Amino acid sequence: MQALYAQLLVGLINGSFYALLSLGLAVIFGMLNIINFAHGALYMMGAFCAYFLLNIAGLGYWWALLLAPIAVGIFGMILERTLLQWLTGLDHLYGLLLTFGIALIVQGVFQNYFGSSGLPYAIPEQLRGGMNLGFMFLPVYRGWVVIFSLVICLATWFLIERTRLGAYLRAATENPTLVRAFGINVPRMITLTYGLGVGLAALAGVLSAPINQVRPLMGADLIIVVFAVVVIGGMGSIMGSIITGFALGVIEGLTKYFYPEASNTVVFVLMVLVLLVKPTGLTGRAA
Amino acid sequence: MPEVMMATRQAGTAATHTILEVKNLEAWYGESHILHGMNFNVNAGEVVTLLGRNGAGKTTTLKSIMGILGKRTGSVRFNERELIRMTSDRIARLGIALCPEERGIFASLDVRENLLLPPVVRAGGLSLDQIFELFPNLKERLKSQGTKLSGGEQQMLAIARILRTGASLLMLDEPTEGLAPVIIQQIGHTIARLKKEGFTILLVEQNFRFASTVADRYYVVEHGKVIDGFSNAELPANMDKLHSYLGV
Repeated sequence: MQALYAQLLVGLINGSFYALLSLGLAVIFGMLNIINFAHGALYMMGAFCAYFLLNIAGLGYWWALLLAPIAVGIFGMILERTLLQWLTGLDHLYGLLLTFGIALIVQGVFQNYFGSSGLPYAIPEQLRGGMNLGFMFLPVYRGWVVIFSLVICLATWFLIERTRLGAYLRAATENPTLVRAFGINVPRMITLTYGLGVGLAALAGVLSAPINQVRPLMGADLIIVVFAVVVIGGMGSIMGSIITGFALGVIEGLTKYFYPEASNTVVFVLMVLVLLVKPTGLTGRAA
Repeated sequence: MPEVMMATRQAGTAATHTILEVKNLEAWYGESHILHGMNFNVNAGEVVTLLGRNGAGKTTTLKSIMGILGKRTGSVRFNERELIRMTSDRIARLGIALCPEERGIFASLDVRENLLLPPVVRAGGLSLDQIFELFPNLKERLKSQGTKLSGGEQQMLAIARILRTGASLLMLDEPTEGLAPVIIQQIGHTIARLKKEGFTILLVEQNFRFASTVADRYYVVEHGKVIDGFSNAELPANMDKLHSYLGV
């Protein structure tokens, strides 16, 4: 039983990263109509940002949690202003190719300077150690990742589905021309949305740094699974991408316990099944 | 209409100055040249109607004024300010609001969110209470999804949401299209009341009979140009001409 709980926990942790990343992808896709293949590279940049903050500026984990998403978010907004904005109205394929190219460049630059091996990043002092829950031993940092991710996901959902700003966002997703004709600066809103999505990826990167080490290709490996998660959940829905992210992490964890051989493929098998039955994803709208 | 409402807006009766002046306006949809030099003006407090057959360029004219169409030349002046190079968000902030033909109610927003969506651009808009007085139906359906409303309610919502913003020029694109006669009547009353409040209204209509109940002046549009214009008083003398223009 101990092993089952341990795998469930690993599943929840992975699910947290899936949820944060697929949520960002959903937000970006809704507003920019771009499938952001650079998401993994930006997640990696978040982790590296935490590493630099610690080793160059001497700022620890808590500062990184705040500053890395802002810094990478600003980098994302510069990308949007200089490159992505010119793709408006073009086929999805162009956005996909451009962002994929950006991912390769960013990862290449980091590989050039840091190689492919991992750099260590310590768990912050306040979150070290573990708790005995009776039925299992819970490392505090892992519990923190799950809870903090969940809070961020729900806060993002609240921002988009329940606030005035979110109403602008949803409306602009449907009909940007009309929203702009009401006096709202839609291009600026698009830039900020991309910054938000990218910031979520960077935040996931910081959270993952103490668990997975900081590596130039850490995002490239993860993003493939995340895109499968997005396909399963459907691109359209915010809550859908959160739930699907966590659920698939858990399913993956359970598979590791019951049938470990399939644990790396279960998400893709589910993706195939969903595509056969409901091509727009479980919660997605028709494109 | 309550007294406060009259007081919050300057009555438009005394105003005869031109608030919107369109000169040699040309516009394109991609490659196709739709407007070929529109010339007309609208005075403060007036209801002016653009009449014309389908495809004459009436909707395109409203979109060009609003800055929605990418390629446009000529001159559009609103309160002496040139709009032809402005983006639509800046034009909206000067006090022009569009109620589009397709109504543009957002499906992912509920009625309240739809109503509150357009930001207030200047003082002098109607309050929510005043809007609910004009459209009592909306108040009962605030929590409904925007597109779950009936066609008439959606039209009312589309008009209602631009009354809050403080815009002084309202452009209504075929507000009666596809609606039942009783609702058309209600929209007619609304326009008359808005006029009394001092709003200036530029109306596009196919339904000439409806237009004649609310408009002060008419312009006839054909092939992207204004080919004729007359006031409501001159209407009886122009009926024959009008029938031939509109082909009714």
